[in-house]
Amino acid sequence: MLALLGVHLLAAVVAPLLVRLWGRKAFLLLAAPPAAAAAWALSQTGAVLGGHLPSTSVPWVPSIGMGLSFRLDTLAWLLTLVVGGVGALVLLYCADYFADDEPGLAQFASCLTGFAGAMLGLVTSDDLLVLYLFWELTTILSYLLIGHRPASRSSRSAATQALVVTTAGGLAMLTGIVLLGEETGTYRLSALLAHPPTGTLATTAVALLLVGAVSKSALVPFHFWLPGAMAAPTPVSAYLHAAAMVKAGIYLVARLAPAFADVPVWRPLLLVLGAGTMLLGGWRALRQHDLKLLLAYGTVSQLGYLTVLVGTGTRAAALAGVTVLVGHALFKSCLFLVVGAIDHRCGTRDLRELSGLRRRMPALAVTSLVAAASMAGIPPMLGFVGKEAAYTSLLPGAGGPAGWSGWTLAALVAGSVLTFAYAARFLWGAFGDRPAREPSRVEPTGPLLVGVPVLLSVLTVAGGPAAGRGEQFVRHYVQQWPAPEQSVHLGLWHGLTPALLLSALTVALGAGLFLLRSQVERGQALLPQRPSAEGGYRLLMRSLDRVSLEVTGALQRGSLPLSLGLVLVTTVAVPGVVLLRGVAWPSQVRWADNLTQPAVAVLIAAAAFFTTRARRRLRAVFLVGVTGYGTALLFLLHGAPDLALTQVLVETLSLVVFVLVVRRLSGKFNDNPSRMTRRARALLGIAVGAVVTALALTATSVRSAGPMTARFAEGAVEFGGGNNIVNVTLVDIRAWDTMGEISVVLVAATGVASLIFLREDNLTLSRRLLEKARSLRRTHASVGGNAGSPWLAEGSAMSPERRSVIFEVVTRLVFHTMVLWSLYLLFSGHNHPGGGFAAGLVVGLGLAVRYLAGERDELRAAAPVMPGLLLGAGLFLSAGVGLVSLAFGGDVLQSWIFDVHLPLIGSVHLVTSVFFDIGVYLVVIGLVLDILRSLGSGIDGLIEQEQDGPGPAGRAVRRPVHGRSRGAEGAP
Amino acid sequence: MVPNLTLCLLVGVLFAAGVYLLLARSIVRALIGLLLLGNGANILFLVASGPAGRAPIVGASPVSDMSDPLPQAMVLTAIVITLGTTAFLLALAHRSWQLSDHDVQEDDPEDTRITQKAESNDLTDSDYEREPDEPPDFSEFAGVGEGERR
Repeated sequence: MLALLGVHLLAAVVAPLLVRLWGRKAFLLLAAPPAAAAAWALSQTGAVLGGHLPSTSVPWVPSIGMGLSFRLDTLAWLLTLVVGGVGALVLLYCADYFADDEPGLAQFASCLTGFAGAMLGLVTSDDLLVLYLFWELTTILSYLLIGHRPASRSSRSAATQALVVTTAGGLAMLTGIVLLGEETGTYRLSALLAHPPTGTLATTAVALLLVGAVSKSALVPFHFWLPGAMAAPTPVSAYLHAAAMVKAGIYLVARLAPAFADVPVWRPLLLVLGAGTMLLGGWRALRQHDLKLLLAYGTVSQLGYLTVLVGTGTRAAALAGVTVLVGHALFKSCLFLVVGAIDHRCGTRDLRELSGLRRRMPALAVTSLVAAASMAGIPPMLGFVGKEAAYTSLLPGAGGPAGWSGWTLAALVAGSVLTFAYAARFLWGAFGDRPAREPSRVEPTGPLLVGVPVLLSVLTVAGGPAAGRGEQFVRHYVQQWPAPEQSVHLGLWHGLTPALLLSALTVALGAGLFLLRSQVERGQALLPQRPSAEGGYRLLMRSLDRVSLEVTGALQRGSLPLSLGLVLVTTVAVPGVVLLRGVAWPSQVRWADNLTQPAVAVLIAAAAFFTTRARRRLRAVFLVGVTGYGTALLFLLHGAPDLALTQVLVETLSLVVFVLVVRRLSGKFNDNPSRMTRRARALLGIAVGAVVTALALTATSVRSAGPMTARFAEGAVEFGGGNNIVNVTLVDIRAWDTMGEISVVLVAATGVASLIFLREDNLTLSRRLLEKARSLRRTHASVGGNAGSPWLAEGSAMSPERRSVIFEVVTRLVFHTMVLWSLYLLFSGHNHPGGGFAAGLVVGLGLAVRYLAGERDELRAAAPVMPGLLLGAGLFLSAGVGLVSLAFGGDVLQSWIFDVHLPLIGSVHLVTSVFFDIGVYLVVIGLVLDILRSLGSGIDGLIEQEQDGPGPAGRAVRRPVHGRSRGAEGAP
Repeated sequence: MVPNLTLCLLVGVLFAAGVYLLLARSIVRALIGLLLLGNGANILFLVASGPAGRAPIVGASPVSDMSDPLPQAMVLTAIVITLGTTAFLLALAHRSWQLSDHDVQEDDPEDTRITQKAESNDLTDSDYEREPDEPPDFSEFAGVGEGERR
């Protein structure tokens, strides 16, 4: 079964390719998977009948008891035949239905094939959670298929409507599934149904499951999505919205009925909604002019009919139910395909415009006569056999549910009268003559548009006489209920029974209703259209839009300070209230860990305070730097050398970056908040600070668990292979976190570059310059040094007044030392302070020094690669090494430790996580290089362009003088 | 666990100054506020990790003397990400300067539009405000073959 599902998946994946290669003929091949499913089900008939049910089960998510469990029992066997058989025929039909250049045909083919697979999974799944997955998969594919013509507004809104309604039901169903699964301890459908739970919880769960079924099978009050779904191409309507997807709800009811039909909520819900839907759908069908809509309302009606039968919960009704299910799949898909052929050949489906088709399309006319007769319940069609059984099952003696049988039977008869009338209306509409109209013009088409409906109608005719013999194939399903006093069997002739008389009555009344069709139509037009379920749906959606507009309008005023303020006020208010209501304040506090700590803290606090008072940008940058270096000192005092090292490096680099950008901005801040605003901000700031301090004090004091130091220390040495616990934590114990974080770094670097370079051609230019730098480097290497400047590679390119010999000398002296130091930090980081982050930052600082000493050309000479390459390579190395471990049977990101003895060097302790750290190292270098190249070289270039005169790049729009900023522009 | 009062107070000061600057309209000021907040948050980790100790390096000191390594690993990556954030916000400030000669965040026009719509109860953006569209024709092929047919 898994293989069959795999074939469907494969077909769905390659379908777009096939369509591109062969056009619409690809459908001929795509019909193979569903055909194979049907053939496989046929080949398993013996096993299913003999009780040796084919089944398979592969654990998937064992922690929640979810497994890929499939099981082919009688019901699944029957539905696999229907789903696979009709699916294959509809896909064949598609090969003549669409044009080769139909827009979106590739995606359509993929979705339709995938849908056949999802349906197969749905009906054979023995795991409720997996069933739910397939269930929602069909919903999504249905959405994509209904929205096949996305340019049309009605197509889009119909697709959304179907998605919203069925997903809402699906969510209710998921809740029910989880309730059932947790109550019984298993999600296996077969196990669950063998010992069904009882009680209020089970009743609630079953009711929720039924909500899912009712919405999927378009019962009142959810029925409106199905006529809307007729925006889909007709083959989709024939398959999804007649034969397969809408049957999923019926399948679920039929599947649960043996176990749950006596649950209190079951019959009131299903019988009332089913009967109501049958009547409403039939009634609405009588006034449609679009043949496809007529059939759609007919389908709604028939789904109600089926729900009544499979929901009644007796042996006779179940037998009738499965018969009608097969009958309906055959005749309704046939009729839809006929409508598709008519539309294809005449260019309309409007029954007021069609005329004379009986003579021009004789084969389709006969086909339709057969299918419509089956729908109307005329002997010897399969539909007649089903209807006889349905009537009989509700007559006295067939064991029908007490108190329900009488009026349910009345509703079925009334519904069947309507069905007869709309079946007649269909035939009259499609193939009747309109004397006032000229006979419709008919275009020739491919053979499959006729052949497929004909085949379906042949099955419909053959099904009637064969039904009696076919009964034995479903005996395992129906025998789950006790036998009634009078046994009910399928057949064309049972003698002059009450059911036959009811059938005759149905035909007579239905014919009368058809003859009165114009009066019925006029009468329906006079009836008020409100309230309608669709109107309710639209009202609900409009209210949602309204609420979202009001909430967004009220909370999102467009001012970032205001939005942030809202968040911060919440931060103060919620914990603040708790704090004020009284919490356990610490009984004792430690003033400080050592004497230096308070001194540093005072320094930081003073710097922070003066930062808020600073009016010049550089002063604020400098003061925030003081808090940063102070923090590094606190780290060191706390016993965190790795943090201190990293913090110092980052702080230094940040200073450089700030200066690089702030040189372009005004010297003073150019926002001038009013005194009121500043006071409000100060007030909020103090409140937040107070709350955070209070939280820090109280939260720390209630902590009772000790630190994990001992366990981490053990783990670091044992499976991390290193002594520096912090570093091992980063590259091994919590490596997933680190991987996420370096991804964030990568995203930030990309953002910086795109904000500066803006356009692709700027990057291309940058790339060209890099190539030049690389070739220059080779020249220098061959000549033996740059003659122009003994200290820097590209120092001679700068104008003399901007050069500083001392800086060049120092750069020359420290750069290589820094690179070496970084390598030391990188490789010793596992056992001593250091590691990839710190090492990368050291290289970054080295590059910053090179840039500051020799500007753009020097930076290019120092690192002639695109930063993206480093970033990508780094992430790839980190993630890649993680996966390599998988290949050797370890976990992702597991470290492997090798102790090798090398001659001369001695014993080497190699841990694979060093590659992870190298990845981190490369990412950090990439980040810094990216920053220097964007905010350094990039902005240099922009400044140069401006000085050379207004170029194409640079300031896109220069506004008329902006008061505050103008005077101070270009200061540093 | 006994809290460290000095650090707790320092965290409060950093948060207060950070929030004050974060609420400014200048992008660079807000960034500086964010950095102060970041330093405060990192020190908060120190508060949470308990008393000071020796460096968490096995062999250098007994395990019982070590400071808690787990918060340190978390803070380390936060420090590096701060560098990325700084660069990104500065690039943003630069872009703002390029476009409008200042780094002051204006109110978002789209949000203002939505606020106005909410105030005037204007639901025209909703798909469900109008009556549903009737399908335009009763055919998937209307117009497809018209040319040949006529």
